[in-house]
Amino acid sequence: MSNTSIKFADAAKSRHDFALIAKWIKPGAKVLDLGCGDGTLLGYLRDTLQVRGYGVEKDDANWLASMSNGVDVIQMDLEAGLSGFEAKSFDVVILSQTLQAVLNTEGIVQEMLRVGHEAIVTFPNFGYWRHRFQLIAGQMPVSKNLPYQWYDTPNVHLCTIKDFDEFCINHHIEVMERLVLTEQEPINMMPNLRGSLAMYHLKPAE
Amino acid sequence: MSESSSIGIVAPQIAHFTDPLPLKSGEVLPQYDLVYETYGTLNADKSNAVMICHALSGHHHVAGKYAETDKHAGWWDNLIGPGKPLDTNRFFVIGLNNLGGCHGSTGPSSIHPQTGKPWGSAFPLLTVEDWVTSQARLADYLGIKQLAAIVGGSLGGMQALQWTISYPERVRHALVIAAAPNLTAQNIAFNEVARQAIITDPEFHGGDYYAHKVVPRRGLRIARMLGHITYLSDDAMGAKFGRKLREGEIKYSFDVEFEMESYLRYQGDKFAGEFDANTYLRMTRALDYFDPALAHDGDLSQALAPAQADFLVISFTSDWRFSPARSREIVKALLDNELSVSYAEVTAAHGHDAFLMQDAHYHAILRNYLKKIKVGGQA
Repeated sequence: MSNTSIKFADAAKSRHDFALIAKWIKPGAKVLDLGCGDGTLLGYLRDTLQVRGYGVEKDDANWLASMSNGVDVIQMDLEAGLSGFEAKSFDVVILSQTLQAVLNTEGIVQEMLRVGHEAIVTFPNFGYWRHRFQLIAGQMPVSKNLPYQWYDTPNVHLCTIKDFDEFCINHHIEVMERLVLTEQEPINMMPNLRGSLAMYHLKPAE
Repeated sequence: MSESSSIGIVAPQIAHFTDPLPLKSGEVLPQYDLVYETYGTLNADKSNAVMICHALSGHHHVAGKYAETDKHAGWWDNLIGPGKPLDTNRFFVIGLNNLGGCHGSTGPSSIHPQTGKPWGSAFPLLTVEDWVTSQARLADYLGIKQLAAIVGGSLGGMQALQWTISYPERVRHALVIAAAPNLTAQNIAFNEVARQAIITDPEFHGGDYYAHKVVPRRGLRIARMLGHITYLSDDAMGAKFGRKLREGEIKYSFDVEFEMESYLRYQGDKFAGEFDANTYLRMTRALDYFDPALAHDGDLSQALAPAQADFLVISFTSDWRFSPARSREIVKALLDNELSVSYAEVTAAHGHDAFLMQDAHYHAILRNYLKKIKVGGQA
């Protein structure tokens, strides 16, 4: 194992969802990671699954970190769509904990399913009971998955698991698999109330 | 960066080639010289060579100085040297003057071996492909089979791109900076105005002005003034000159009133004094002609299908002559071929010329990318 591999394995430990995302990806797949941050997820997928992948990142510092980490990264604004990518040119397109921060949410999910055969979307569940309690107490929720105050948050489109399920039905998207977690533990009972993080494996409905 | 220093005193060298060079136009250059400079040391397995391709008015003097008293270092000295992004402690860097140039490589002002007079109008039109062929021959001459990287900005970026098509096995990395897969109509238009300024200068004499012991200085000056405007952004010019008046008040004349005019005239005069008009005509034509997709029904992805290199593509937000959208066309074609490519869109105010500037983020990109390039042991 090279030094970078060890680095990615370590970094991925702090993001439990990375290992779960990896379970939905076939070895050697071609992957596009939207909002790839410093490239940790792609580096991890490359080292564990030999995926071929590109990241997309707008932020200069993140872009530089990704490129320096040996991850191929394209600097562009997701909000402008994915016009630089051919239809069905990727096996999987990933949007990891970025959905809530994009303006053109509808367009981006549709673009993901145009460019990829499958998509993986993860987001913090606004319907999580701790969030609901904070709202009942009269304040905007602040939690591990939503660590921002209302005035400095990049999150503009928060949704609940129930909301996203409906979104998929209305947009002819098939949910192949859904995983809901709290503190890295899978939640099967009342996930919209008890789950803090939602993970969806999607493809266009037949 | 404090740890970086200049390459120091450098000297140009001449490589003479006697193998005729068949050109894309159908003409043949019977023999030719290429003037070049090298910085750093070629390592034992010759795996650390980086070639720098120059832009329109460039040459081989990329880094260092010819004498301690030189006011200016090579044109990309901020990038190349010990500890700099293109670290000459690791890399063996080659800069060369393209064929058709006027800084020592065989060009229109060179003496034609058969006539004993300057080539002038008889010097053939060259293309980016021709340059790349001649550059590959220079690599052969230096005993280099494969370049660790080919690097170029603007017209230099086009050459870097062409290298990956013409000699895919000979390039491990290509840095294509502020470039485009071909010129837009607007760009061709600018080039045509520049050429017309030169060709219609009464002292042009059909390109054979050398015999008349004159140069079409006025035409070249206007061509450069026009070019200069297009390489800067409106914001950069505004920040530097704005509407500042030369003498503090308007004098109602056609003399220099605004600082901007003074600057343009200075740049034009300086250029007309040191650059050859025939070279300028040919370099702009090479820009116009470059279009690797042409032979593939306009399909750039097909044109780049032979490429094997890993790519770094960089554009600058305020570059309106080679806009980021044009770089994204290159990136898309590379993605279509599933090549390794990273693309950065650098926020910069300086327009097209930004690629020559010392911008912290831009240089961090180059530094970190070049650091990843593997080279063998030192000689």
